[in-house]
Amino acid sequence: MAEFWTAYLWPLLWIVIKILAIVVPLLLAVAYLTLAERKVLSAMQMRRGPNVVGPFGLLQPIADGMKLFFKETIIPSGANRGVFILAPMLTFSLALIAWAVIPVGAGLVLSDLNVGILYLFAISSLGVYGVLMAGWASNSKYAFLGGLRSAAQMVSYEVSMGFVIITVLLVVGSLNLSDIVMAQKGSFGMFNWFWLPLLPMAVIFFISTLAETNRHPFDLPEAEAELVSGYNVEYSAMTFALFFLGEYANMILMSAMTSILFLGGWLPPFDIAPFTWIPGPIWFALKIAFCLFIFIWVRGTFPRYRYDQLMRLGWKVFLPISLAAVVIVAGFLVTFDLVPA
Amino acid sequence: MAIDTRSTDLEWDPMNALLAQYLPILIFIGIAVGLAGIILTASFIVARQYPDMEKLSQYECGFEPFEDARTKFDVRFYLVAILFIIFDLEVAFLFPWAVSLGQIGIFGFWSMVVFLGVLTVGFVYEWKKGALEWE
Amino acid sequence: MILQAIAFWVFASITVAAAVMVISAKNPVHSVLFLILAFFNAAGLFVLLGAEFLAMILIVVYVGAVAVLFLFVVMMLDINFAELRQGFLQYLPIGLLVGLVLLVELAVVVGGWVISTDATARATAKMPAVDQVPNTDALGQLIFTHYLYLFQGAGLVLLVAMIGAIVLTHRSRPGVRKQNISDQLARDPKETIEIRKVQSGSGI
Repeated sequence: MAEFWTAYLWPLLWIVIKILAIVVPLLLAVAYLTLAERKVLSAMQMRRGPNVVGPFGLLQPIADGMKLFFKETIIPSGANRGVFILAPMLTFSLALIAWAVIPVGAGLVLSDLNVGILYLFAISSLGVYGVLMAGWASNSKYAFLGGLRSAAQMVSYEVSMGFVIITVLLVVGSLNLSDIVMAQKGSFGMFNWFWLPLLPMAVIFFISTLAETNRHPFDLPEAEAELVSGYNVEYSAMTFALFFLGEYANMILMSAMTSILFLGGWLPPFDIAPFTWIPGPIWFALKIAFCLFIFIWVRGTFPRYRYDQLMRLGWKVFLPISLAAVVIVAGFLVTFDLVPA
Repeated sequence: MAIDTRSTDLEWDPMNALLAQYLPILIFIGIAVGLAGIILTASFIVARQYPDMEKLSQYECGFEPFEDARTKFDVRFYLVAILFIIFDLEVAFLFPWAVSLGQIGIFGFWSMVVFLGVLTVGFVYEWKKGALEWE
Repeated sequence: MILQAIAFWVFASITVAAAVMVISAKNPVHSVLFLILAFFNAAGLFVLLGAEFLAMILIVVYVGAVAVLFLFVVMMLDINFAELRQGFLQYLPIGLLVGLVLLVELAVVVGGWVISTDATARATAKMPAVDQVPNTDALGQLIFTHYLYLFQGAGLVLLVAMIGAIVLTHRSRPGVRKQNISDQLARDPKETIEIRKVQSGSGI
């Protein structure tokens, strides 16, 4: 019995504990990201934002969550029930399971896959399905059109994301996320991180993540004024909440990917005394917060892209540039013999 | 008969180590789906459900929907999806090339450049034909 | 080991069950969703073999691209399910024949592997230990050097696919006004904008 416990049960339990240690802070972060977004947007618009519920509005996400929890779940007539319920579950689950490979510190990762970055790429490819199924299953014209457009948009920007990831891989030589972070460790501190040598790629990647998560200025398919919130128009209560949580968790995931690929993951800006006292995970969280702030800043600043302009940007601008960058970076590395072994 | 005798070998550790990394992912998938299911079921049970004809009809700014939800087939989505498949496959070929560039050297570099050149010809054709336009 | 065996049987049985549901589901969208389930479990089987790169690429390309294409088409076509399923019984003999032919082909190939004298050598050749050379590196070292012609052939197939898709589906719509960004950016402000100072309270 004791052997059964130590050989099988205890490792499984340990994995479950680690998973909960990822999921619970993530869900809290998602909830407070909604509050942070409202506060930051309101600060940019010279107003206060939520400050009624709790001190500084800190209990607002909990109030929102409880409101959505107690609302009635409406499944429209003519909707395909199974797929209708499956879509938000899929979006939410995908946003969670991508975190299995994200290293928050040296060796602090649930599953140190050899193909970590490819796993993340696969998860973002699958994100299309939640939107597509939601749009179709709602049996509503607006939802369907919004879902199709949103899916086509996500798919268009994935290609340039893929090429940008390739340029980073050329410099690193491994698909493992911890290796990618460690390759950015060097004597110049933050100037060794990949944002500097691969600056155009970092910019393209960041903008592609905006389009991938259907965030402003690429949120035409789900904008309230345009398509009456697109694919999730027929969703209410917790089904809507799952979409919402999934979208914000996706935002945090994309920020984490940007930090790992271009901002040095858990590495401190300079490898000297005061900076190394702060543990790696805190640096990682700060970088994610920085990227999220830019997400929100962009939302408060720019007008929305029209759909054809959006597709033109993805196919005619980002794709050729990132493709050319792959060849240029590879050529540079091969010519000067800088290819990692 | 050739049977794979490696699996009974005690030193078959690398494989087990590899697979051991995927087990947490499997469990995580189960927990994530379970969590989503619990959230939905709990909300469904706790909230009061009063189905009503108006609530269940589709949204069309306040009046009855004009026609069936299925729109005419728009071939631009199909074209975008096909182009995506092709470029996705290109990226799929680029992944092993990027990580093994050190071992395959100049020869490997140029073979990939030829491949990318072939696909760039196709891309230019698409661009000129206007397949990348307005969607 | 026991966990791997359980995983294998679970993945394999769900793959087969999903494949059966693909052809017998009434709603074509459900068919595609079961196909996606089958792909996922096939990727799981690849992982069990140690081919992690192939498993991920299966998900990225098949589930992330090909099945999306299927879904786009199936969702937009107005398919009448009852009509579609009517000819099922009359096509059953041909279907069985095709299935039998495929089964015989599979048996020939697998039998050749098993019976052949250098099967052990072939089974252990060209696949390095997974901890020394990851699956991705191993594939990369072979595709771009030894299998160069096949690789370029794949590139040409993709080119043909691109051209074919455009030839078959692209329709230029006459009379549609498009936005020409370079024309817009080349506009000279001196010719298009005039700045006037207006007294407050009076109009232009």
